[in-house]
Amino acid sequence: MRILLTAAFIGAMAVPAAADYTIMAPAAPGGGWDQTARTMQAVLRDEGIAESVQVVNVPGAGGTIGLAQFVNQARSNPEQLIVGGYVMVGAIETNNSPVNLEMVTPIARLTGEQLAVVVPAASEIETMDNLVARLRENPGAVAWAGGSAGGADHILAGLIAQAADVDPTLINYIAFSGGGEALAAILGGQVTAGISGYSEFASQVEAGELRVLALSGEEPVEGVDAPTLRDAGLDVALENWRMVLAGPDLTEEQVAAITADMEAMATSDSWQEALAARGWVDRFLTGEELEQQLAEDIAATQAILRDIGLVQ
Amino acid sequence: MDTFVLLAQGLAGAMEPMNLLYALIGVTIGTAVGVLPGIGPALTVALLLPVTYRLDPGGSLIMFAGIYYGGMYGGSTTSILLNTPGESASIITALEGNKMARAGRGGPALATAAIGSFVAGLLATLALAFVAPWVVRFALSLGPADYFALMVLAFVTVSAALGDSALRGLTALFIGLALATVGIDLQTGQARMTFGIPDLLDGIEVTTLAVALFAVGETLKMAASPSAGAEKIEAVKGSVWMSREDWKRSWKPWLRGTLIGFPIGSMPAGGADVASFLSYSAERSFARHPEEFGNGAIEGVAGPEAANNASAAGTLVPLLTLGLPTTATAAIILAAFQQFGLQPGPLLFANNAELVWSLIASLLVANLMLIVLNLPMIGLWVRLLTIPRHWLYAGILSFATLGTIGANPSVFELGLLLAFGLLGYGLRRFDYPIAPVVVGLILGPLAEQQLRRALAIAQGDPVILVSSPVALVLYGIAIVAVLVPLILRLRGRGKVLAQLASDED
Repeated sequence: MRILLTAAFIGAMAVPAAADYTIMAPAAPGGGWDQTARTMQAVLRDEGIAESVQVVNVPGAGGTIGLAQFVNQARSNPEQLIVGGYVMVGAIETNNSPVNLEMVTPIARLTGEQLAVVVPAASEIETMDNLVARLRENPGAVAWAGGSAGGADHILAGLIAQAADVDPTLINYIAFSGGGEALAAILGGQVTAGISGYSEFASQVEAGELRVLALSGEEPVEGVDAPTLRDAGLDVALENWRMVLAGPDLTEEQVAAITADMEAMATSDSWQEALAARGWVDRFLTGEELEQQLAEDIAATQAILRDIGLVQ
Repeated sequence: MDTFVLLAQGLAGAMEPMNLLYALIGVTIGTAVGVLPGIGPALTVALLLPVTYRLDPGGSLIMFAGIYYGGMYGGSTTSILLNTPGESASIITALEGNKMARAGRGGPALATAAIGSFVAGLLATLALAFVAPWVVRFALSLGPADYFALMVLAFVTVSAALGDSALRGLTALFIGLALATVGIDLQTGQARMTFGIPDLLDGIEVTTLAVALFAVGETLKMAASPSAGAEKIEAVKGSVWMSREDWKRSWKPWLRGTLIGFPIGSMPAGGADVASFLSYSAERSFARHPEEFGNGAIEGVAGPEAANNASAAGTLVPLLTLGLPTTATAAIILAAFQQFGLQPGPLLFANNAELVWSLIASLLVANLMLIVLNLPMIGLWVRLLTIPRHWLYAGILSFATLGTIGANPSVFELGLLLAFGLLGYGLRRFDYPIAPVVVGLILGPLAEQQLRRALAIAQGDPVILVSSPVALVLYGIAIVAVLVPLILRLRGRGKVLAQLASDED
């Protein structure tokens, strides 16, 4: 309805009514999933892969509200897609969601983004070792700022504590709602350290306001003067990935057709350009490898959420 | 001074015909989505983002900023005329504005809102150009303890300013606070008060509650006692224009609203709604005729409307200087910057000076366009009220329903709208004030999260709450706000205060 009304106002600029794909972004406009969905929309249309694409936002509860709606709506419908990712895996666990990723059809993992551990430039903490030493001394005295509880940022803080032989239930994690609230608290020196996607910190790091202690991925990032957590001596690697899924009960041909469209999109130049502009890494993965990866991530996430004490 | 030269260059850029066109498109779309409930500027910009992918970045950003300002303008129109606030920032406007509209003074109410928004937008945009770096440094120094003090101030002044009976006011406030506990707790990720209903996981939508209590509740009241509708709605009594008296009573609230709105908007955890609450409380305490509050005091429209527009400009301070989005719309404008390969933040002013200054200059232009577009429309808008009452209320009801489904397409949300509508009817029927319920729902979660963050950072030591000068000053103002009315009452002016009590819905 909202879309129809707005479309009526925007007139000629609006999306046509008939759609090849409707992509649900199970989050409010502006967030990572929304940006992923809208980038897909632009690329699918520009590359002529789909005639028309609509994006629908169904925000709430780490994507589980949108997912629940999607499971019902998209059954046997090869034109409906939903964007999801690592955060959704955690949210399904912490919210005790009645729907989960096994009820839908994973199509492709699309992008990945490394998380960064940062401190304000004025902080006495110079390296990851300094931070770990403080954590071992008194876990409660290290206040971590990041996104909502149970999300990727929180999980990384828990994994770092575990790798440093500190009881992860003792970490002092301060959750901030999306947008820049966590960044403001880090810049203002209200907390000890902060965790978020590296791109959220990039401009502050370049301006010398923040210091990156470590990145969370397997490989260091070009142009960022910081080690991976592994190189810093902590056996932790985590990437916040995003994926696209289709509805339940699709035929093999339908799944193959959608997968082919997604592959055409992900290998196009305009997709690669968009990834570079947003600081995302290409993590395209489909088929059995994807399923295997997904199963591993779900098991690992369940374990760490239990260790932090967020899931019984 | 350098800033002047840069701003002048920016103005030259903004005056280019293409940029003027983008600004015009932006403010027109913005006003339209502001008037319609359920479609906010955030969604509109999100929808337009892929469309502007190939356009020139400067022009697109100018259009988005126009939508943002336009949305702030449009929101007040339905609040004043139909008592259906489309967004949380215009809830307070409905209190006095709708009373004025029903007394035939809808014209002056809309005019003071429009001119107030213009004045505030103008001053706040200039402030954005000249003092942004200092404001942002101050805003960053605020911690959770300071924000908690700000929330306490807002609670105290708003509950003191709304309604006559403290007991009724507090009862209404606590209904709001109770509703505010519904949903996933941010600090622990656990669901609270959701009774296993997935739709409640994200809490109760503020606009659903506001529209239900204000519009649906009132419609039910009308339907329940059609004969009691002694209070006749007059579309126009006197001039559609503001009288000399109106001007005299409006200009100070405009300035005070700007002064309150701009800094609060630029705080990472501030917000237009908090600014409009504080402005309303301030106007009520400064007013020459406090007895008019609750019956259509023009100050109660002028101040909050100026405050919410100034706060919109304030939001751009952390966005442009730090890359910090503090509202949904700002988050999408940030995404737009990134789409064009621009990174808002400390380096934006250095690396893309031309673009930033033409953006700031075009905000001034957009502001001027808005007032030119909106003032002549006022005569047309107030005619809405000449529609026979049963039709008008039927229209309001469908408008409210449409807006709610539009914002959140679910049957459950519609059920909530009706349930809260019944609650609104009950509150009205038994003379409880409505606004504190909404205020509780908005401020409750903010206050709770900030308090818990402050205590967590200090590892449970409550001294942190009073250990910063800013927090102490805010508590000081809160104490004064409580004590002054008490002293006034002791000095025998109790009658005036008792009159303040009149129901404000």
